Amino acid sequence: MSPLSRREFIAAGVAAGAGLVIGFYWPHRSSPSGGTFAPNAYLKITPDGKITVAVARSEMGQGVRTSLPMILAEELEADWKHVNIEQIGASTLYGDQTTGGSASVRTLWDPMRKAGAAAREMLVSAAALEWGVARTSCKAENGAVVHTTSNRRLTYGELAGKAATLPIPTDPPLKQSKEYKIVGTAVPRIDTPSKVDGTAVYGIDFRLPNMKYAALARCPVIGGKVAGFDDKESKKISGVSYVGKISDAAVAVVADSVWGAMEGRRVLNVQWDEGPNKELSSTGMMDGLKKSASGKAAVLYTAGDVSKASGRRFAAEYQLPFMAHAPMEPGNCTAHFQGSSCEIWAPTQVPQDVRDSVAAAVGLDSDQVKVNVTLIGGGFGRRLEHDYGVEAALVSKAANTPVKVIWTREDDMRFSTYRPASYHRLSATLDGQGWPVAFSHRVVMPSINIQKGFPAEDGTDSEVKEEASFVYAIPNTLIEYVMTETPVPLGWMRSVNALQVAFASESFMDELAAAGGKDPLALRLHLLAKDEDLNGWSSARMRGVLQLAAEKAGWGKALAPGHYHGIACFASFHTYMAEVVEISMENDQPRVHRVVGAMDCGQVINPNILEQQIQGGVIFALTNALRGQITIEKGRVVQGNFDDYQPIRMNEAPVVEAHFVQSAESPTGAGEPPVPPLAPALCNAIFAATKKRVRALPVVS
Amino acid sequence: MVDISLRVNGSERKVNVSPDTPLLWVLRDTLELTGTKFGCGAGLCGACTVHVDGAAVRSCSTPVSQVAGKSVTTIEGLSANGLHAVQKAWIAEEVPQCGYCQAGQIMEAAALLAKNPQPSDEQITQAMSGNICRCGTYERIRRAIHRAAGTGGAR
Repeated sequence: MSPLSRREFIAAGVAAGAGLVIGFYWPHRSSPSGGTFAPNAYLKITPDGKITVAVARSEMGQGVRTSLPMILAEELEADWKHVNIEQIGASTLYGDQTTGGSASVRTLWDPMRKAGAAAREMLVSAAALEWGVARTSCKAENGAVVHTTSNRRLTYGELAGKAATLPIPTDPPLKQSKEYKIVGTAVPRIDTPSKVDGTAVYGIDFRLPNMKYAALARCPVIGGKVAGFDDKESKKISGVSYVGKISDAAVAVVADSVWGAMEGRRVLNVQWDEGPNKELSSTGMMDGLKKSASGKAAVLYTAGDVSKASGRRFAAEYQLPFMAHAPMEPGNCTAHFQGSSCEIWAPTQVPQDVRDSVAAAVGLDSDQVKVNVTLIGGGFGRRLEHDYGVEAALVSKAANTPVKVIWTREDDMRFSTYRPASYHRLSATLDGQGWPVAFSHRVVMPSINIQKGFPAEDGTDSEVKEEASFVYAIPNTLIEYVMTETPVPLGWMRSVNALQVAFASESFMDELAAAGGKDPLALRLHLLAKDEDLNGWSSARMRGVLQLAAEKAGWGKALAPGHYHGIACFASFHTYMAEVVEISMENDQPRVHRVVGAMDCGQVINPNILEQQIQGGVIFALTNALRGQITIEKGRVVQGNFDDYQPIRMNEAPVVEAHFVQSAESPTGAGEPPVPPLAPALCNAIFAATKKRVRALPVVS
Repeated sequence: MVDISLRVNGSERKVNVSPDTPLLWVLRDTLELTGTKFGCGAGLCGACTVHVDGAAVRSCSTPVSQVAGKSVTTIEGLSANGLHAVQKAWIAEEVPQCGYCQAGQIMEAAALLAKNPQPSDEQITQAMSGNICRCGTYERIRRAIHRAAGTGGAR
């Protein structure tokens, strides 16, 4: 099996539409015993009344350890106080466990609801049998079943043993949105207390008895290899027990402390074969993208015929650099290889991929590898890669010891997988009244998925198509993709391709508003005026978030002197998002005061967590827009730490207001959709302030 | 390797390490206090912030030899039961997302409030801008500090 199959599965699911990624899954985890009720792999109720919900996704800050159990608990009619969670590692019981694509709530909404509802129905039946009364006279509420006529009451713990003997209903009734008591409320996050008292265990904190630590020297030139090494100086460092080449491109230094491993690596002398990319540069690659722009393109969406539209024509070019995730917890993984088995403790978004990749790397079968999932100190897509897991397993095998591989910040910055740099050509035609009658956008960038070996669909990358949404009713439209190649390792980074597409498209829309003499909000609402399906998206829902953001931000109303607004909207990960950014200019640089975001992601599970996702997505996107640039010179990543790759700090953080549409539609993505509209809204505000158009990121270079 | 004595969370501890070892790794590896986090190794992000004799210090770039005989407080020792006013405010405002930087943020905030019990917005910004949060929790951090200071923060 391809080690990358999990993410492919997600991508294919995204393309196929909601609800198909994971079907209703119904396995037993183990035989219930001792009065424990475990009707499916997601739920266990013990006689003491403790409810344990299995979380088969990774917690990286987005709140799945709270939101997923909330969904199950709602249908179960559980008392939230009794709900605990169990983090599931790589398993065969839960389908694809990839945490990515803002998909956890969307894809587990049905399975978690049905798991809770089936258990509730069984508990009600158990109580009715216990009392010898009609089932219809019993109801579940707050962790117990009540006999409505006699007010007798049995808790779920008391009913667990009996319920476990009953048949499992396959199609239990589900509650209506208006009946919800847990879903839609700001239930405090389960993981908050441990994250403020130092007891939370992230991957980097996990330890095994007699565990050693490893730091790896990797070739600084992309694609280069180890030619040879001299470990004489390393072995003089106290505690260093092993130095060895563990792959074509890396030498490991193992010691009895992190510091020993880092020091041992610092003095290690490695000769590198720099390989074919030693002259590679990011400026050269951008020139290459521009040259490729006239090449063969795949049509992602088309309507009418852009060449036949008549009127005033406008054109513009946009470009974006490579970017790095830079999560706060540097890469790490703990492994213990023991001949016929290997156990892994990983901060990973893809436990099953780690299992399969590790098995292949150390010569085991997948079922001989156990992968435990730890808390993750920031993912943003970086932990969809399996590199740390494979390295840890190889070092454990080579050095014959339980070991934790630790990356430094510089390792993380220079050996990441990067958001692809991109180049965009846009053109449009305005009619006599200044309304767009033709719009074309040619996206030129390398494909993450194709680089990773996934097959092309219709000659292109279906994930680019999915994320290059175009939600405007313009009679002549052409959205195209020119797929290029790069030796730079690429990765899925929060909002993936949607960020590049949205920056170019929504900035250009603002150019058209200015050229046509239209208010930027009015232009967008005009293009969304009719209720219709636009390439699978709803014009009404997009209009709704634009109007909500504009109203809350006071669009069109007077601002403080020197303050300006910019607006943008974008649909991604099945969700609609609009943002209004308020800035002033100080020393030719934008100062962002306030961002108002409006989201329509269907049913809100937890408004507190959703607000966190919107606030966090906006701040993440602001780093991307202002300074988040990875450059390459002589085949090497230039940036190394937070002095030359500078995330937003408190002194630059705007107030972020999060608003969402009240909806009973099935829930969609929340983690990524706040990202794409930010950069164009910011640059549109800069245009409002300065009449200068920013057509290349980062804004501050 | 040398013996170094320091006081950690109120207890005398003696460690035998290379004197240039950063305090961070002595806390995490030798003393198994993993609440203090490694973020950048260069004093740029604040994830490793602890108190040395009451002042906020970046443990990743403080050699352990420099704190010999001094009093070190980590997130584990900030309060007896994890309920320092700052920690309570962090829970009330639901600050953490991934949570990885939060021990450092809390230690920085606690040091600020010890010095300046009622900081202004500007003083909070000044004190907290050395600490990076990639999840973007800054607004809630600010609210939580005000809440702990009794200068607002309730929603």
